[in-house]
Amino acid sequence: MRLWKFLALALGLGSLALAQTTITIATVNNPDMITMQKLTPEFEKANPGIKVNWVVLPENELRQKVTTDIATNAGSYDVLTIGTYEAPIWGKNGWLVEMTGLPASYDLEDIIKPVRAGLSYQGKLYALPFYAESSMLYYRKDLFAAKRLTVPAQPTWTQAINWAKTLHNPSGGVYGICLRGLPGWGENMAFITTLVNTYGGRWFDENWRPQLTSPEWKQAIGQYVELVTKYGPPGVTGNGFTENLTLMSEGKCAMWIDATVAAGYLANPKTSKVADKIGFAKAPVATTPNGSHWLWSWALAIPKSSKKVEAAKTFITWATSKEYIALVGRTQGWVSAPPGTRYSTYNNPEYQKAAPFAKVVLDSINTADPTRPTLKPVPYTGIQFVGIPEFQAIGTQVGQFIAGIVAGRTSLDAGLAQAQAAVEKIMKEAGYLK
Amino acid sequence: MTHSPPLRRYSLRPNTFWLLAPAILLLVVWTQIPFVLTIYHSFRRFNLLNPERQGFVGLENFHSQLTDPIFWTAVQNTLVLVGSVLAITVLLGLVLAVLFYQDFPGRALARTLVISPFFVMPVVSALIWKNMLMHPVYGLFAWIAQRLGQEPIDWLATYPMQSIVLMVSWQWTPFAMLLILTGLQSLSKEQLEAAKIDGANAWQEFRYIIVPHLAQTLSVVVMLETIFLLTIFAEIYASTSGGPGLATTTLPYLIYLKAFGEYRIGVAAAGAVFAVILANIVAIFVLRMIGRNLQGGRT
Repeated sequence: MRLWKFLALALGLGSLALAQTTITIATVNNPDMITMQKLTPEFEKANPGIKVNWVVLPENELRQKVTTDIATNAGSYDVLTIGTYEAPIWGKNGWLVEMTGLPASYDLEDIIKPVRAGLSYQGKLYALPFYAESSMLYYRKDLFAAKRLTVPAQPTWTQAINWAKTLHNPSGGVYGICLRGLPGWGENMAFITTLVNTYGGRWFDENWRPQLTSPEWKQAIGQYVELVTKYGPPGVTGNGFTENLTLMSEGKCAMWIDATVAAGYLANPKTSKVADKIGFAKAPVATTPNGSHWLWSWALAIPKSSKKVEAAKTFITWATSKEYIALVGRTQGWVSAPPGTRYSTYNNPEYQKAAPFAKVVLDSINTADPTRPTLKPVPYTGIQFVGIPEFQAIGTQVGQFIAGIVAGRTSLDAGLAQAQAAVEKIMKEAGYLK
Repeated sequence: MTHSPPLRRYSLRPNTFWLLAPAILLLVVWTQIPFVLTIYHSFRRFNLLNPERQGFVGLENFHSQLTDPIFWTAVQNTLVLVGSVLAITVLLGLVLAVLFYQDFPGRALARTLVISPFFVMPVVSALIWKNMLMHPVYGLFAWIAQRLGQEPIDWLATYPMQSIVLMVSWQWTPFAMLLILTGLQSLSKEQLEAAKIDGANAWQEFRYIIVPHLAQTLSVVVMLETIFLLTIFAEIYASTSGGPGLATTTLPYLIYLKAFGEYRIGVAAAGAVFAVILANIVAIFVLRMIGRNLQGGRT
C-alpha cells in the first residue's frame, strides 16, 4: 500500500516537472552576475513555467566551456554569457540566435549605442548587454590631497607616472600603481593594448603585418614594465582584474587603471574599505586619445543549439530590462545597479546621486570607438582586442611574453621579438599573411 | 581426456574467446579510439573558432610544431622538470626510507604523516603552495623573510621552474619513500648483522648492501614516476599558467594551450602525437637502464 502511494507521489512530481521548462545559464562569477543569481527567485515568481539552473565559473574557465560547447554544437546551455569579442564572430558563424521580436516595453533604443553596435554583426543584434564598461583611472583622494596633487578630468601618462613615483610607499602599505599582469588576452593584454594604442601603436598594419617591434610598442611596454616593477605591488604577474580589485578595495594602491565596472564595488562601503576616498578620472592619454580606454560588454546570448529558445529569451529580456535595473537599485542599492547598458540608468536622478562615477563612465563608453582604436588606420575592429578568431591565441601568447619581460626573464627587445615571431607564425598559418 | 596438457590450459578455446570478446572490444574502443582520433585530427586544419577554414593539410601541423621555438622550449622544460623531480624524490625518498626503517617511538604515526602529501590533490597542493606559502604578500615564506629582515621573494615569478619542481617533489617524495621502504623490509637482517660482524661501518652497509638490494625497487620507482611526471599538468595550470614567459610551459601544458586556449585542435593533436613519441623514447631509455640494473642487482 505504501509503495503505491510513493509511486503515485513520484508520478505526480514527475508530471509537475514536465510542465516546467528548465533553462541552464552559464555565467561569470563577477559581483553583478552573483546579484543576478540572487535575484532569480523574483524571475521564477513572475514566470512560474520556467526554472533556472546556474553554472557560475571564473572568466577563463567559462570562456573555455562555452566556446567548446558552442563550437561542437553540444547544447549544454540555453543562455551564454559572452562579450563584445565573441558576439560578432559567433554571429557571423551562425552560432547564435538573432535577437528579434523583443517586446516593445524592452525599449531597444534605450541601449547605449556603441554597446549595441559592439554586440551586432552586419546590423543584426546577437546578444543583449547585461552590463557594459570602459576603463578609467581610480585614485585615492586622501593620498593625492596629502601631497597636494590634483587630478584633471583627463590626465596624461606623464602625470600618471609622476604620481606613481611620488605616492609609492611600500613600507606604509601603499603601492604607487596597480595594473594587471596576469597573462591572458582578456587579462593583462586588455589593459596593455589600450596603453599601446594611446602611445600610437597598433597590433597590425593595413596589410595584417604584426607591429610588435615598432618604436611605439617598445615605448609603451618599456613604460609599463618600469611602472609595475618599480611602483607596483610584488607578484604583479599573478594579478588580474579580481586581484587588483581586492588590492584597491583594501587600500593598498594609490592608483589603479581598469574596468569602470569596478566603480560600484569600490564606492560601496559594504565591499570597500576606501569607499569614501576613491576618486574617478578618465584613463590617461599619451600620444592620442584614441583607444586609451576600452569598450566591453558582458552580454547574454542564446546558442543555436538550445532547445528552449523562447524561455531563454524571456530570461535574458528580464535580466537586461529597465525593470531588472530598478529591482537591483531597490534591493541592493542604486550604486550596485548594472552600469553602462541603458541611457535611462544615467538619466535616473537616484542613480546619479548614488554613483559619483556615473558621468565618467558614460563619457568613457560613449567616446570609445572600436573602429578607430589608435592614431594610424588598422584592418580590424576592437579597442582592447582584435576582432578575429585568432586573437585569443595571439593575445594569450603575447601576454605570456610580456609577463616574461616583467619577471625579468627576457629583455624588452628580446621579449618583443619573440612575441612578434609568434604572432607572425599564427597569422601565416591562418592565411592572413603570405 | 582427464589431463589436458599444461600449455593448452591457458590458450583460448573458441567459445571462451566469444565470451571475452565484448570485454576486449570495449578495451580497444576505450584506449585506441581516442588515439586514432588524435592522429586523424593531427592531419587536419581544425580551429574551433573558424569553421570556414577546415580540411586536410597533410603534415602542416607537424611542420608548424617542429619549427616553433616554443615547442622545443616546452620539450626542454618537460625533460628538466621530470629529471629534477626524479633526482630529488629518489634521493630524498631513499634517505627518508632508511630513516623510517629504523625503530623509534611513534614510528607508525610519523610514517602516516610523511606519506600524507601524496594524498593531497594536485590542484589543491598547487593552490596551497601558491597562496599560503609562496605568495609574496600573504605567504608564509614572505612572513618568515620579513621577520628575518629580508625582502620577500616572489617565488613563482623569480624561480618559476624551481618552484614547480619543489611542489611536485613535495608531492612525489612520499611515493618514492613508500616503495623504497617496502623494498627495505624484504632485506634480511642476518645479512646486515653479518656485515657488521665483518666490520662494515654504516656507510659501507648502506653503499654495499642496502643500495644493491634496492636496485630493483629503485628501477620500479624511476619507471613509475617517469610515466606520471611526464603528464604533470595541474600544478602548472594552477600556479604559473606556464609562465612567466615560457619558463614553465611543458609539453602537456602546451597541448592544453593549443587546444583550449587557442582552440587549434589540429595543432594540439600534432603536439599530442609528439608527446606520445617523446614518452616512448624516454620509456626505451628507462627500460634499458632498468634492464641493466636488474642484471647488476643479481651479481
